[in-house]
Amino acid sequence: MNILIRAICLVGVISLSALVQAQEIKSEDPQASEATLTEQRQATEAEFKSLLEDLNGKSFSAKSKAITALSLLSDDRTLPILKKMQDGELFYRKSDGVIVFVAEVEEGLELTDVISGESLGVVGSRDARKIRINNGVRQQLRSAVALLELASPDRKLRLESARNMIKSPDDSLREVLALASKKEKSDEVKHLLDVAIARIDIQSDDQEVRADAVEVLGTAVEPEAVAVLNSLAKKGEDGKYLESNVEIAKLAELKLKSINTKLGIFKFTENLMFGLSLGSILLLAAIGLAITFGVMGVINMAHGEMIMLGAYTTFAIQQLLPNHINVSLLLAVPAAFLVSGTAGVLIERIIIRHLYGRPLDTLLATFGISLILQQAVRMYRANNVPVVTPDWLSGFWQVNGALSITYNRIYILIFALFVLAALALLLKKTLVGLQMRAVTQNRAMANSMGIRSNWVDALTFGLGSGIAGIAGVALSQITNVGPNLGQSYIIDSFMVVVFGGVGNLLGTFFAAMSLGIVNKFLEPVTGAVIGKIIVLVFIILFIQWRPRGLFALKGRFAED
Amino acid sequence: MHNIIKKTGLTLGAAILSFGAYTAQAADTIKVGVLHSLSGTMAISETTLKDTVLMMIEDQNAKGGLLGKKLEAVVVDPASNWPLFAEKTRELLAKDKVDVIFGCWTSVSRKSVLPVIEELNGLLFYPVQYEGEESSKNVFYTGAAPNQQAIPAVDYLMSEEGGSVKRWVLEGTDYVYPRTTNKILEQYLMSKGVAKADISISYTPFGHDKWSTRVAEIKKFGSAGKKTAVVSTINGDANVPFYKELGNQGISAEDIPVVAFSVGEEELSGFDTKPLVGHLAAWNYFMSAESDANDAFIKKWQKFIKDKKRVTNDPMEATYIGFKMWAQAVEKAGTTAVDAVRPAMYGITEPNLTGGIAVMNTNHHLTKPVLIGEIQEDGQFETVWATAGGVIGDAWTDFLPESANLVADWTAPIKCGNFNIKTGKCSGQNY
Repeated sequence: MNILIRAICLVGVISLSALVQAQEIKSEDPQASEATLTEQRQATEAEFKSLLEDLNGKSFSAKSKAITALSLLSDDRTLPILKKMQDGELFYRKSDGVIVFVAEVEEGLELTDVISGESLGVVGSRDARKIRINNGVRQQLRSAVALLELASPDRKLRLESARNMIKSPDDSLREVLALASKKEKSDEVKHLLDVAIARIDIQSDDQEVRADAVEVLGTAVEPEAVAVLNSLAKKGEDGKYLESNVEIAKLAELKLKSINTKLGIFKFTENLMFGLSLGSILLLAAIGLAITFGVMGVINMAHGEMIMLGAYTTFAIQQLLPNHINVSLLLAVPAAFLVSGTAGVLIERIIIRHLYGRPLDTLLATFGISLILQQAVRMYRANNVPVVTPDWLSGFWQVNGALSITYNRIYILIFALFVLAALALLLKKTLVGLQMRAVTQNRAMANSMGIRSNWVDALTFGLGSGIAGIAGVALSQITNVGPNLGQSYIIDSFMVVVFGGVGNLLGTFFAAMSLGIVNKFLEPVTGAVIGKIIVLVFIILFIQWRPRGLFALKGRFAED
Repeated sequence: MHNIIKKTGLTLGAAILSFGAYTAQAADTIKVGVLHSLSGTMAISETTLKDTVLMMIEDQNAKGGLLGKKLEAVVVDPASNWPLFAEKTRELLAKDKVDVIFGCWTSVSRKSVLPVIEELNGLLFYPVQYEGEESSKNVFYTGAAPNQQAIPAVDYLMSEEGGSVKRWVLEGTDYVYPRTTNKILEQYLMSKGVAKADISISYTPFGHDKWSTRVAEIKKFGSAGKKTAVVSTINGDANVPFYKELGNQGISAEDIPVVAFSVGEEELSGFDTKPLVGHLAAWNYFMSAESDANDAFIKKWQKFIKDKKRVTNDPMEATYIGFKMWAQAVEKAGTTAVDAVRPAMYGITEPNLTGGIAVMNTNHHLTKPVLIGEIQEDGQFETVWATAGGVIGDAWTDFLPESANLVADWTAPIKCGNFNIKTGKCSGQNY
């Protein structure tokens, strides 16, 4: 293990026991430091063992204590053990309580001693038990792992560690952090470490140290840092600062002003991102309807169920390929298109084609289909089904301390735009698309030009349904997949299509995005329920004013 | 596909069988009404309880029935349609003349049944945790009252072991159960010295799945320097996207634990539970509870439902206890007449599946233990805390000014579901 971590651990132990001043040790030459370290190690081998035993202690607080103590020992074996424990994968042998790593093998579990690394043979799956942890222990583990990983050569790990350090300021780690900050090469990590130190320093008695800490905190936008400044600048009911040192309070207030401007911008960006991502979801859900309802004029109440079929296809493919989550998700896109598209063609051929020109009958018939599909799926699986999200789709991109964007939103936004572009290309550049547009605009004329309009109808309906299926794949990643999935999107979809202007892809795009953004800017102010109502009322009023939506089109609809 | 055929076949078979039984021995059976939605949004949860009752009936019949008669189930489907619950209750009581009804899940469906069951003097066993503020002469509540779920959960989080939480987000779906529960919790927290600024209450619609803004707000609320927890009364369907968004925005159980009152094993079986590990739930029963009775129950259930992976949950245990207690009361009373069975219920005991003894009190609520569990990767709960003994279900919470003085006691001399101890009067309204 590298020198840094040894030094850190050493300093940690020593600052904790408060026997020697850390300053002195730093000035010692490496040789001497090395000697002390070895001594330390030999002395702790027995202690190490007993601390390990404590990891499986009776109470959670005993476990927490053992974790802290272990993290301050310089021992290479600690980190992997604590990491396993954090993941809930540290076991003990039931017969004698020896702590072990396990690997699943056919006959049961293969045990490995965590201290010696020797194999202890294979036992039955009930002969080894997981070491129980709770949230308190988990938190302790996180700090301990963060402390140990501060010395990691991997910049990402150090960044993560530094971030965790800010969350739980701990006096005893002041020296360790200072040393780590001094050695740190990455500016980003160093900045985080300095903020973590400042959070500790602010508790100091030395007013100059505190003022310096406020300066450092003033450069940060991390919510933890802002919270500290806020509490410093807080005024009592009499208008006076609660903070005893008025200079510090004033400084904090000054710093807060510039931070708040920054935070305002971040908040706006965040809302905008949320809005765009909601917009992209609305777009995906509505884009298929923009074809079946918009282009063909069929009020398709079963549109939501086409989305649901797509989501269930994703689930089914994941069931077939349980070990290839990434591949299965990619495969699900064409598969869902085919499943929902085929369902769409069948529905059109069997039912809807008999009902063209009778919108009320179509509405009732498709509503009936939607109920049938829901109940059919319910018989297949009554419960919601679990769709696994691949790793690259979960997590978030930390732009800075105050702003983070979740990956799945970014991907879905890109995906929605891609689907829209592909559809636009299909309609504008291919023969099928040309025929579709021709039939929509003037059926009689298209017929007389030799286009088999009834087959084009079936294809168009299939295309719209298929795209709904693709939307289902995307939705399966962010919402629950169950028989009612479609229902919750059908109203939203109609809203978008009507608002955007029937029969217009561009209108659907703008409608989805603007509804998404308006919704997300309203939500923090009014709450989700009222926000939704306001948007609905707005659309109703808008439709009164412009019955054909944002972008009115000429076509079959323009004629009647 | 195979599954569908099998299931349809089973249901048809069961229908034919029960119809046959109905005509053949209509006179000398004890009829048990089952009032759970088998279609619509609540079917997911309620179908399980219907099957539980059927299993209990089969079990009882194998032991020779009750009072020398066989039990017979009368299953109706109120289809998640609240007014239909009242209609079906009337049908069960007036036309089928059932002796007891096991049913309802949502509070609104129970409220819809109340006037009918009181008018026709029926007997309903209600097996789901609810908001309290009710005690009807004709209903036995075997699920948890707020003081058997919400209050202990908050107590746990306030304790050192639970993380000494100082700041609270009360997040719920917009309907009667979360609103009442949160009202009670808000009063309770303020009585414990939590400042109003440290409580954030928010409601979202049923099936809400656009959580990004709300979760970002929770994240912000939780990073003000005080330990924060979320108390979730979010209804089943909206939970998956909620937890997913929490995971995506990097909020783990160590930072901001979420304790849920409506998320059980059945709901978790529709989740990918990896991002949920460490979040909490408060119930009176966990499938993971280690006891022989529980092992036997799980085995019996999986055999009955013919699915080795099917889970059990808290409302199932409540149904189980309710059924066992009713059977005991019928034996004790020697009849199934409601007016004789009801008083026979008081003081009846039945072992819990988790250990300990459940007691039926004269306020028609149970004495049960409360467990707090952390979600594990396999979709099960690990019990991290439990009350030392049973907690007596309180029909009227002490933490709301309007119900602090109310008590329910259906034995003499009070004989009332909402007796005001200050004025010494019974409001006369039964529910």
